Amino acid sequence: MSAAVDSLQEDVVRPPQVNRWTRNRKIGYALVGLWILIGVGLVVYLFTAWNPELIERYFPAYMKGLATTIKLVILSIIAGAILSLPVCYARMSSNVVLQALAYGYVYFFRGTPLLAQTFLIYYGLGSFRAELQTIGLWVFFRDAFNCAVFAFALNTAAYQAEILRGAIQSVARGQWEGAQSLGIPRLLTLRKIVLPQALIVALRPYGNEIILMIKASAIVALITVFDLMGETRRAFSRSFDFQTYIWAAVIYLTIVETLRHGIDWIERRITRHLKR
Amino acid sequence: MSSVWTLLSWGPEGWLDDIAHGVFVTVSLALATLPIGLLIGFFVALAKQSDEPSLRLAGNVYTTIFRGLPELLTLFLVYFGVQIGLQNLARIFVPDAAVEVNSFISGMVALGVVFSSYASEVFLSAFRAIPRGQYEGGSAIGLTDGQTMRLVVLPQLIRIALPGLANLWLILLKDTALVSAIGLSDILRQTNIASRVTKEPFLFYGLACLIYLALAIISSFGINAVERAVGSKGNQR
Repeated sequence: MSAAVDSLQEDVVRPPQVNRWTRNRKIGYALVGLWILIGVGLVVYLFTAWNPELIERYFPAYMKGLATTIKLVILSIIAGAILSLPVCYARMSSNVVLQALAYGYVYFFRGTPLLAQTFLIYYGLGSFRAELQTIGLWVFFRDAFNCAVFAFALNTAAYQAEILRGAIQSVARGQWEGAQSLGIPRLLTLRKIVLPQALIVALRPYGNEIILMIKASAIVALITVFDLMGETRRAFSRSFDFQTYIWAAVIYLTIVETLRHGIDWIERRITRHLKR
Repeated sequence: MSSVWTLLSWGPEGWLDDIAHGVFVTVSLALATLPIGLLIGFFVALAKQSDEPSLRLAGNVYTTIFRGLPELLTLFLVYFGVQIGLQNLARIFVPDAAVEVNSFISGMVALGVVFSSYASEVFLSAFRAIPRGQYEGGSAIGLTDGQTMRLVVLPQLIRIALPGLANLWLILLKDTALVSAIGLSDILRQTNIASRVTKEPFLFYGLACLIYLALAIISSFGINAVERAVGSKGNQR
């Protein structure tokens, strides 16, 4: 009896020994180790370079710069959203002239760098100083911040118009037709039936657009607006201390990541009814 | 004040030759960045779709950092950071060494890491669009992992990823304008100089915008040709 058990045990086929240290795992651990090393290095650097005088001197400036950045982004996103409505309407209209105009607008602002557009408005409008003064708009365009908001709003309007158009067109035709067969007016259909569905689709692109604007807003530092980036550049040019840039990076990264996770959360929340 | 046509002529009087040089710098910067960005982006995507959690983590950290930072800040971090780092390193050996970092290389590195972090997302979604059966089929007919990747997966991957990558190319072309901030004489910097000297900012910045627009239009023709060549257009299932 016991001999039989023994021979049974002999016959058990053991699974081949799995190599737990595959090549991928080695590379992965090495890379994660590298990131940890960089992170620790950064913390150690910031710790050793900790300079109360520097912090005390530039911390208020950074906060002021951050406020400027946020104000710039919020103003231009809102102005862009308002401006994007007629552009989107024209882009979807059946009138060929309107369509061409809107297409040209969108193509221009999406095809050229935001930096060039900002320069064109801030420096370029200076060529028309006399004309602007006569219609009283010079006071507005004299200020670099206003010019930045204007340029950003025009730019983001082009992107937002496309986002809105894509979202409205993603709603199935049958929704319009169904509403029409029930005798619901077109505007009411848009407001009560199409937009609620379209905005779910549009949420992610809109969120991305806000994140892109926050990142893009750094370029206003080049037209003498002291936003977060501008204050960073000023602090660096005065102190020649590299940690000024590191702090700016930490702040930008924190904002963008918070926003990204916030948008993820909102999207999960408002699409609960679509989960199967 | 000279006429617009004199300002835009070729030669010592006009600025067209300087701006043409700027166009050359912009285009060569973008073209030099593209292969680096694609290569890094592909490997980051490979890491992010691997079964190994540590590789995925490493890839995700890379994307999170370089997608979250403003491009301009990345550029300054690379330009000044590398300069200061190398200088400190050199000073260990030569006490009063002064290191000057090439702004073209800095621009290439900064734009390359930004491009690659976006490209990795495009590649990743393309990887997800390829069914598992393709890998299994490859291994069933006795191909090694590398051969499966090269002969089976990659040709399909490029088709799926191409529209996304084309979009990133247009973004890259626009992002090159940022290098004017670190003193590289690209289109925007040349027009900047021209407008300061001639006091005709609207003309020259307008011209810069039109040149970027022209580059975008030329690119879209090129992209269409490539898409037709690899079959991204038309014969998709």
